[in-house]
Amino acid sequence: MISMSFRNPNFHFDVVKQRKKFFLFSGLLTIIGIVCLLTIGLKLGIDFESGTRVEIGGKNLNAEQLKTDFKELSLKPDGEPVISGKNNERATVSFIGQFSRTEVANVNTMVTKKYGSVNINTVSPDVGRELARNALISVLIASIGIIIYISFRFEWLMSISAIVGLLHNAFLIVAVFSILRLEVDLTFIAAVLTIVGYSVHDTIITFDRIRENMKFTKVKTTADLYKVINDSIMQTLTRSINTVVAVLITVVALLIFGNESIRNFSIALLIGLVFGTYASICIASQLWYVLKSKQLKKPRVKEADNQA
Amino acid sequence: MVKKSKIITFFIIFAVLVGIVGSTTTGIVKKIKLGLDLQGGFEVLYDVKPAKEGQTIDKDTLKSAVRALDRRVNALGVSEPNITIEGKNRIRVQLAGVKDENKARKLLSTKAQLTFRDVNDKVLLDGSDLKGGAAKVTYDQNAPTKPIVQLTLNDGNKFGKVTKQVLGMGPGKNQLVIWLDYAKGDSYAKEAKKEQQGKKPKYISAPAVNQELDQKTVVIEGRFSQEEANNLRDILNAGALPVKLDEVYSNSVGAKFGKQALDETVTAGIIGIIIVYLFMIFYYRFPGLIAIVTLSFYIYLNLLIFYWMGAVLTLPGIAAFILGVGMAVDANIITAERIKEEIRSGKSIMSAYKAGTKRSFAPIFDANLTSIITASVLFAYGTSSVKGFALVLIVSVITSFFTNVYVSRILLGLWVNSKFLNKKPRYFGVKESDIHEL
Repeated sequence: MISMSFRNPNFHFDVVKQRKKFFLFSGLLTIIGIVCLLTIGLKLGIDFESGTRVEIGGKNLNAEQLKTDFKELSLKPDGEPVISGKNNERATVSFIGQFSRTEVANVNTMVTKKYGSVNINTVSPDVGRELARNALISVLIASIGIIIYISFRFEWLMSISAIVGLLHNAFLIVAVFSILRLEVDLTFIAAVLTIVGYSVHDTIITFDRIRENMKFTKVKTTADLYKVINDSIMQTLTRSINTVVAVLITVVALLIFGNESIRNFSIALLIGLVFGTYASICIASQLWYVLKSKQLKKPRVKEADNQA
Repeated sequence: MVKKSKIITFFIIFAVLVGIVGSTTTGIVKKIKLGLDLQGGFEVLYDVKPAKEGQTIDKDTLKSAVRALDRRVNALGVSEPNITIEGKNRIRVQLAGVKDENKARKLLSTKAQLTFRDVNDKVLLDGSDLKGGAAKVTYDQNAPTKPIVQLTLNDGNKFGKVTKQVLGMGPGKNQLVIWLDYAKGDSYAKEAKKEQQGKKPKYISAPAVNQELDQKTVVIEGRFSQEEANNLRDILNAGALPVKLDEVYSNSVGAKFGKQALDETVTAGIIGIIIVYLFMIFYYRFPGLIAIVTLSFYIYLNLLIFYWMGAVLTLPGIAAFILGVGMAVDANIITAERIKEEIRSGKSIMSAYKAGTKRSFAPIFDANLTSIITASVLFAYGTSSVKGFALVLIVSVITSFFTNVYVSRILLGLWVNSKFLNKKPRYFGVKESDIHEL
């Protein structure tokens, strides 16, 4: 267990000291992500592109035979049928454009008779795009809600740091999917949303400890701040790691034993969880250190006013 | 002295929980509705378009269209259809577990547009002239076992004009042909020949008009069976809506694929959850055991609420649910970790428990509340699958808070207060050597 090494309460790692390395690392990842998204973009599944996907379940499926079968129905697959499974028991065939009702019926009848089971998914692109757009707007609105809540319960610099961590994390999942050329479908949106929820959750636990420790220590200098953040991270580190390990266990189980159709969903979660923990500790907390330090260094105009 | 009464209370609560969960889980699980991706079936998303120029699609039109589709689906004997309005002009129809998909699909997209035409196929009356939802099945006065379908028109005068017109076409041509879903290329002449040969024509009926009829009610006398008459009535009441439905998305899942997806995901979930349980016992010992009890109860409560809400469980839904278990563990981890910390600082088990549970409340509360904020926004602005996902998230956060915070504390509290755990830091996963002297 990785977490075992943190059982020793004397274990200490100076996280704040490494902050510039973390910023550099995240900055680089973000730049690579932007470049990838702008150049190669995302590999969009049919949920976002007009098209039809037919999945076939049967025995010893053969791409050539499938092409002939579809030719008989006057349908031309876009690219080669993809055969998968140990005994070639699964095939995915894509088509450009939507199927008409008759075409769906024909394919349905043909495959059911000849092979066994069939999934047919036909989409016009606006539906998926609308869903993605709505999800994006929702995340932005939710971010505002979270900023308000954290400002109210904690302080507003923490809310900014938490949101930067969250957006950084959500963006990285999208970027990794672009780099690894993984197909983006509707479940991907659900995965990103889960991670958005998890990221804030995780960050709050660390911030809570900082808030608590600040009650006991008067933070006057950046050195005080440095110590409070490092201590708080160390005190919550076991929890952070154990929680992410628990969630990762379920995700890995889904990845290994789960259904193929949620494979990408699980991969997105896996990436998001690892980056989520990283973002809470190495980005959100460190960003807060930078912002708070600046605030501390500012001349205390308000106090002076009060004294006058 | 160990207070046995507390431990007995624990076992009573435990036995009650085990009893409830054990005796009802199978029943609940069986009754939870599965999405079509898990049991096979199909889903169509329609763009609702005006059937006539100048018609506007508003909330009321959409609602009546949904009612119409719903009635039609029910009339076709499909159980548990799911028909929802999406956005401003969309309707999603989900039919799970349909046996004859091609047939159901065809019947759904049947426009059910009723037209009255003359023998030259010219439209005289259409669905918009019918009073919505007023079709009825009645019986022929002369033959009480013969069902007939009665319609009500908006304007009796118009029917007078129409019948006058048909009458004026002369004997042999004075038929008022009633069509359901007249398609381009259909003609009365062609279908009438079929009827003469004893085959079923495409039109419903073609009564001859012998007099001008200034009336609002019209009866259709086809050679209906009772069931056919009922279906026609239902479809007419539905078809009285003059909207056009265009398919923009459709997804059909074979039953075997669905079954396979369900089995695999559930197996993966069980394996994942068992490993998480082992991890909790290994790492947190006694509080870990309590966590297993409350997590199991949490899973049960969630299933129960899904069932009560009539929620439809889909593949990503199950995945999110399994993931939710992982996240619910967090509340237990935070509390257990905090208690460990307090024990290490030299506190007695009882005061460590008190301080630990008190101090871990704020972070759990804040973290869960932000999750609810996120989920509520997603629920309010998201569409279809995002909405469903958000709902699962809200339910699981609330039940998680209840079980993994309150129930966990009550159960662990019973053991702590029984003094059974006094001076047993190892039961919390703390080595004696790690404890600081106060």
